[in-house]
Amino acid sequence: MTAAPHPSDPSTPRQIHLAAHFPGVNNTTVWDDAPPATGRGAARHPSLGSQIRFDSFVHLARTAERGLFDFFFLAEGLRLREHKGRIHDLDVVGRPESLTVLTALAAVTDRLGLAATVNATFNEPYELARRLSSLDHLSDGRAAWNVVTTSDAFTGENFRRGGYLDRADRYARAAEFVAAARELWDSWSGPAPEPVRHRGAHFDLTGPFTLPRSPQGHPVIIQAGDSPEGRDFAAATADVIFTRHSGLAAGQAFYADVKGRLAAHGRRPDDLKIMPGVTFVLGDTAAEAQEHAAEIRRRQISPQNALLAAEQIWGADLSGYDPDGPLPDIDPDPHSELAQGRVKIADPAAVVAKWRALSQAKGLSLRETVIETTGRQSFVGTPQAVAAEMDEFVRARAADGFILVPHLTPNGLDPFVDRVVPLLQERGVFRTEYTGSTLRSHLGLPEAVTPVWQGEAS
Amino acid sequence: MASPTPQRRPIPLAIALDGPPVTGRPAAPERFDASGHLRLVRLAERGTLDFVTLGDAFGRPGPDALAVLSRVAPATARIGLVPTVTTTHTEPFHVATSIATLDWVSGGRAGWQPEVSLSAAEAALFGRRPAPAPDAAWREAGEVAEVAARLWDSWEDDAEIRDRAGGRFIDRDKLHYADYAGEFFSVRGPSIVPRPPQGRPPVVIDATGSGPEGATVRQVAAAHADVALVRAQDPGTASAARDDLRSRARALGRDPDRLLVLASVEIELYASGDAVALAELIGDWYADGAADGFHLRPAEPARDLGLLVDGTVPVLQHRCLLRRFYPGATLREHLGLPRPANRYARAREVSR
Ligand SMILES: Cc1cc2nc3c(=O)[nH]c(=O)nc-3n(C[C@H](O)[C@H](O)[C@H](O)COP(=O)(O)O)c2cc1C
Repeated sequence: MTAAPHPSDPSTPRQIHLAAHFPGVNNTTVWDDAPPATGRGAARHPSLGSQIRFDSFVHLARTAERGLFDFFFLAEGLRLREHKGRIHDLDVVGRPESLTVLTALAAVTDRLGLAATVNATFNEPYELARRLSSLDHLSDGRAAWNVVTTSDAFTGENFRRGGYLDRADRYARAAEFVAAARELWDSWSGPAPEPVRHRGAHFDLTGPFTLPRSPQGHPVIIQAGDSPEGRDFAAATADVIFTRHSGLAAGQAFYADVKGRLAAHGRRPDDLKIMPGVTFVLGDTAAEAQEHAAEIRRRQISPQNALLAAEQIWGADLSGYDPDGPLPDIDPDPHSELAQGRVKIADPAAVVAKWRALSQAKGLSLRETVIETTGRQSFVGTPQAVAAEMDEFVRARAADGFILVPHLTPNGLDPFVDRVVPLLQERGVFRTEYTGSTLRSHLGLPEAVTPVWQGEAS
Repeated sequence: MASPTPQRRPIPLAIALDGPPVTGRPAAPERFDASGHLRLVRLAERGTLDFVTLGDAFGRPGPDALAVLSRVAPATARIGLVPTVTTTHTEPFHVATSIATLDWVSGGRAGWQPEVSLSAAEAALFGRRPAPAPDAAWREAGEVAEVAARLWDSWEDDAEIRDRAGGRFIDRDKLHYADYAGEFFSVRGPSIVPRPPQGRPPVVIDATGSGPEGATVRQVAAAHADVALVRAQDPGTASAARDDLRSRARALGRDPDRLLVLASVEIELYASGDAVALAELIGDWYADGAADGFHLRPAEPARDLGLLVDGTVPVLQHRCLLRRFYPGATLREHLGLPRPANRYARAREVSR
């Protein structure tokens, strides 16, 4: 007797979802081979490498659409990062406001989903629900919202509300925010809007919404946050999770954990797609790809960036140390406020111990240690190898797809679309044309339904 | 002292695209897309108008005005795009970065019309605070315009250096904190968006000021507007408002010639004769020194704009009062307003 393949059997092919992340405001993005986009060098090289000019966004979005990607993704940061009390100057910085640039991209793309990261702490439900619904209408059903929450008063200094919320409050507010937004999105389903009355711990709003239910019903909801609170929030309300767990084993553990939380909310495993953010490097041979990857890491971690990475972990001024010399011999300060606007390192002493062990074992300098520990790309190899590995990750339920983060603006995705996408299609695990017009249809998500909001989680 | 008579050639001419919400698909009237607005903006661009305004309010049906004009931007080439973005209940930081982004995606064609929200019904949509009194709401609008200008200047134009040897992407001495603290809110800065192509997108303020808060509105416009709109039914009213705005601007230390006062006139065109009559009226008012230019508010944009572009515009062009093409690329260039110097760069030069 032959059994039907078990759904989690790694020999069963599964469709891969792909998204393109506009290169970030961080040291993943290599900038030193392009002239300035603004200022003196700009006129001579009008489009090359700009992180802010619209043509860069158009190029990456059109490349993603040429590759039949599910969506295009923009991150958000509402305060420029600081280090040692000064604005951080080593990485790419400066980006547009997400919803405005995505609405403009709706004019130059047809099918590609358009995902905006927008903070739930420093916005209000009525206004943001209206802006997101506008994007969904104006793009014919391609809008997504990555709901993030911010934990620092540092960012709050740019906003009326000021301050910040602790983690429990952040997610309670975010959950109520999304619930209120869904009530607004649903309120004009018939011939005329029905006034909404939402009253909760965080919001108290009344009145009619000004847009009829949008083409997707509700924009796709994405969540990026890793704490148990964040995972529960995603299980209750998100359609996609953007995660940092990109390794096979870590990915499988995360995947099982989050999918396991869905049943409690009356949802099925397929209702929530898990998409880690990943990087890639291609080469004609495995050796060439590895060499190229090492070169990219060296460029991502300049001597200055290596020192800065160490300062963030040690929580101390290390400007007296030589990046090409040994690791600092002092102990880290776990209570340092040196870096602002970044995710805090939970256990700096453990990181230092790991770095010391590695540096000693391989005889690495400070910079080489940073390159070795922080710069790893997710997929490195020939196009065949990368396609096979991605396929394997998805079959093994470490992910439902990937959010690709190119290291070059705006051409970094081109080689992937030209060389890897056709191989994924040959394997039968990636679409060969868009079959639907909305982002929900690309992601194979069910129609938007409004979960009953149960008030504050007990 | 009478203000110098306007003598701009061509005369700035703008059009309001308000009116009933435009749905693109008769078959599915419950859906809003951009096709209706896009048709109108393209038509206005064919008439080489300087800019379109698109009004907004939280209770206005349809997509928000900023979104509509962002969607329209890549599908048009030259015309200025001026959405209303409300300053009551919104975050000044988001308002400033959104308008800066519209300027980036349109290649320097953005403007911004600040408006206030005064109704209790709109306040209830937010539930954060009661509807403000008109005077307070306009003082707050002035603060938002001030902080927006600071945020737009918070990156100097040449802050991005890509200094490979030093490993520095930006020269952080050329980034500045806005450090604004006013009656209504505070904002630290700098902006997350580099200085937009126009430096500061033109601020357009309806300075008619007919209510009891009129003096405050005028004062806010005199302090912050690049273009003031004055609703008027006769040239005398427009001219008096222009004199008032210019003297307020002068008293604030501004060059009054950097504040264009446009007579905002409601129009209804049914036939080409009406379009020619409108050209006469514009020519007469202009000759009387009533205004620096005109902002026309069609009762029905879909009907009136065609007649305007095919009837009124050619007459004005024939009289050399309107241009026949766009010689410049940005909205500031269309309006003859210079790109503003960066306040922080200037301060740094002076302190050197
Ligand atoms: C993959 C990933 C991407 C994120 N992207 C953003 C972002 O673009 N903007 C932002 O403000 N926060 C971003 N966050 C931060 C989260 O919204 C959240 O604040 C943070 O992860 C802390 O929440 P947690 O305690 O649940 O992990 C991201 C988080 C993850 C894991």
